Amino acid sequence: MSESDNKKPNRRDFILTATTAAGAVGVGVAAWPLIDQMNPDASVKALASTEVDISGVQPGQSITVLWRGKPVFIKRRTKEEIDSARAVDLKDLKHPEKDEDRAKNPEWLVMLGVCTHLGCVPLTDKGDYNAWFCPCHGSHYDTSGRIRKGPAPTNLEVPKYVFVDSKTIKIG
Amino acid sequence: MSDHDYQPSSKLGKWFNDRLPLLTLSNHLKEYPTPKNLNYWWTFGGILTFCLITQIITGIILGMHYIAHADLAFESVEHIMRDVNYGWLIRYVHANGASMFFLAVYIHIFRALYYGSYKSPREVIWIIGMIIYFLMMATAFMGYVLPWGQMSFWGATVITNLFSAIPLVGESITNWMWGGYAVDNPTLTRFFSLHYLLPFLILGLVILHIWALHVPGNNNPIGIDLKKPSKDTVPFHPYIVIKDLFALLLFLIVFAFFVFYSPNILGHADNYIEANPLVTPAHIVPEWYLLPFYAILRSIPDKLFGVIAMFASIFVLVILPWLDTSKVRSAIFRPIYKQFYWFLVADVIILGYMGAMPAEGTYLVIARVATGYYFIHFLIILPFLGFKEKTLEVPLSIAEPVLGGFPNEAATKDTYNIRKNL
Amino acid sequence: MKKILKLLFVLVLLINFNNQKVMAKNSQELLKVNWSFKSFFGKFDRSSLQRGYQVYNEVCASCHSAKYLSYRNLTEKGGPEFSEAEAKAIASNFEVMDGPDSNGEMFTRPARLSDKFVMPYANEEAAKSANGGAYPPDMSVLVKARKDGANYIYSLLLGYEDPPADIKLDDGVYYNKYMYGNKIKMSAPLSDNLIEYSDGTEATTEQMSKDVVNFLMWAAEPHLEQRHKFGFRVILYLLILSVLVYFSMKKIWSRIESKV
Repeated sequence: MSESDNKKPNRRDFILTATTAAGAVGVGVAAWPLIDQMNPDASVKALASTEVDISGVQPGQSITVLWRGKPVFIKRRTKEEIDSARAVDLKDLKHPEKDEDRAKNPEWLVMLGVCTHLGCVPLTDKGDYNAWFCPCHGSHYDTSGRIRKGPAPTNLEVPKYVFVDSKTIKIG
Repeated sequence: MSDHDYQPSSKLGKWFNDRLPLLTLSNHLKEYPTPKNLNYWWTFGGILTFCLITQIITGIILGMHYIAHADLAFESVEHIMRDVNYGWLIRYVHANGASMFFLAVYIHIFRALYYGSYKSPREVIWIIGMIIYFLMMATAFMGYVLPWGQMSFWGATVITNLFSAIPLVGESITNWMWGGYAVDNPTLTRFFSLHYLLPFLILGLVILHIWALHVPGNNNPIGIDLKKPSKDTVPFHPYIVIKDLFALLLFLIVFAFFVFYSPNILGHADNYIEANPLVTPAHIVPEWYLLPFYAILRSIPDKLFGVIAMFASIFVLVILPWLDTSKVRSAIFRPIYKQFYWFLVADVIILGYMGAMPAEGTYLVIARVATGYYFIHFLIILPFLGFKEKTLEVPLSIAEPVLGGFPNEAATKDTYNIRKNL
Repeated sequence: MKKILKLLFVLVLLINFNNQKVMAKNSQELLKVNWSFKSFFGKFDRSSLQRGYQVYNEVCASCHSAKYLSYRNLTEKGGPEFSEAEAKAIASNFEVMDGPDSNGEMFTRPARLSDKFVMPYANEEAAKSANGGAYPPDMSVLVKARKDGANYIYSLLLGYEDPPADIKLDDGVYYNKYMYGNKIKMSAPLSDNLIEYSDGTEATTEQMSKDVVNFLMWAAEPHLEQRHKFGFRVILYLLILSVLVYFSMKKIWSRIESKV
């Protein structure tokens, strides 16, 4: 070490440390816009809700609509389907949820058509429960969209939705 | 420590370095002996590296949101400006970054001209630099087309039409460049592709530029050859790094001023009007950094020779190391060259000014005189000056007190002892 | 220091070039307004923006589109900052084409916040044919698309006069002393008390011109307030860091010599 360094080591350390710290903070802050720009932008966020006309759906039929780039299944269930969904013992379920909680209006089941395993779209009226079956890795869902068999960890997700009137559902 | 003697301290480091000598490289960059008398004009190399990296990063990001299609490009730029998180910031940094990049490159080039950095043994550094400069102009031009505003469209039309001056094949070449019979969607998409590609080519050339620099080492304000390492040099890190950083911060303050307070002052209002192939703006002007060349182009009354003169004005720079016959590098010791140098600076500024003015009347006369001087400077004055000029006495080393302002030899501490003890 | 000054000098020169270009083109000097959004801490006058929207909506929008704006923008921070309910009410006054529905038919529905501003004409040709061949330019970025745009549009709105005796005007062409070539196909759009401001401000032509230019400036540069705020912080940070780096540099170079 040269003489001048030995005389005032504290001040030197302080300035260099402060400079490094201030520089690091600046680089960190400057990085944020570069990262955040990949998050959903204002126009994407604005498309949060979509309205669906359900007047044409007959009992036993289902329709698929697009919401936020994902499919949403809207199924008008038959009496038998509702009964079989409600008859299941919660203890038999991998992800216990009551059908009453999943379908506010028992006739209408609204849920995201995205398999909770790895994101494929399940087929309707297929599988061991004649409800939904994901062909990618063999997950079987029952008439309430609950996972019964296969690798998927949770039930099909129910999005936020409301009945605007008897013919229209607003999703989101 | 020279590169050959370097040994990583850890065993793992040594194992890796024997297989891929990255640690030797990083040691070389740290220890690289740099003349200790470099002034602030030498900090622009570092600033330019920063500019290139900033343009590449912001450009990649803009490319994630931009749509290269004639019907959607303008709208997608507005989408970036309005909806994308911090999109306005990133686009303004990129757009003004181009101007700041050119500001820095002009200072860098004029520094080299003043201190004779292009002379033997640094000709290859200079030529690579000129190729980089040329590619920068091409990249900037194509980038300016992408927002697909009126100035984008008509700038592209005018510049691509330069090639129609080529005899016989001119029209085939322009049609080939456009992918049609006018500037249109195919032109836009290929410009986007090339605008994305060229910066990486520039980056590669920058690496060669620095490599070629590290062979003879930096020139310096007094332009003499130095023994390296010696008491006339300091290791690159931390001495030059911290000085470059300080200069970069001052540069960033100017940069930030443009981005946050005058983001559109260096652009043209017409580029916020969507491209319209039916209407030409009243006044077509290229970006400010291309104006001197634009003035040279317009000062020649013949289409073909105008284009030739414009490209020749860049080409004379490439062969400059052989046009300047003086053995003395720095203008400090060349009293007559120094005056011509400032003439040239003024000449280029005048050319730039004329490039922005309508090509008529007095403006045209001045532009022609300035174009004439530009070529005379390089093709006649510089070759003759080398033989005729009586240069001042050049000192033998930086530490020699002839220069004044530096402490005498006894007071200069030995850098290398300090490094060893750190 | 001298060198830095020189550098700044060159910069000033460059900017001057641009300004002189502007000056050379405009023979008629524009009216200058002391806009609230200029300067380092410049912000928009919120109530002026809301009034400006009213002018745009009730006067300009019958011919001029603003196709890059969305109704949701009216609620965003740094803009007119209408409440969400107000903006929804504004949007619902407009009909947008949507569809196709399950029968393959297109249908109209009231606009939502996520919709873009509804355009007065379906396309440029329709706009031209309805306006005597002149296309009323889109207003989303109009302020940035004209040199010294805010002052220019303000001046233009107040620049209608009777033509000098030696100028003959065709039908549907008007004289405006700030317009390039002095001939304009838009008749004077504003006159005193043309509209009734909902906040009770007196709707003089000057007041409406000022309000609508404020609105158009925001429309063209919706993040202006954020930009000014960031700019101040960034430059302050850079100054502090420069000082720190300067002293670090002095310290480091003092190991070999006093002068950097």
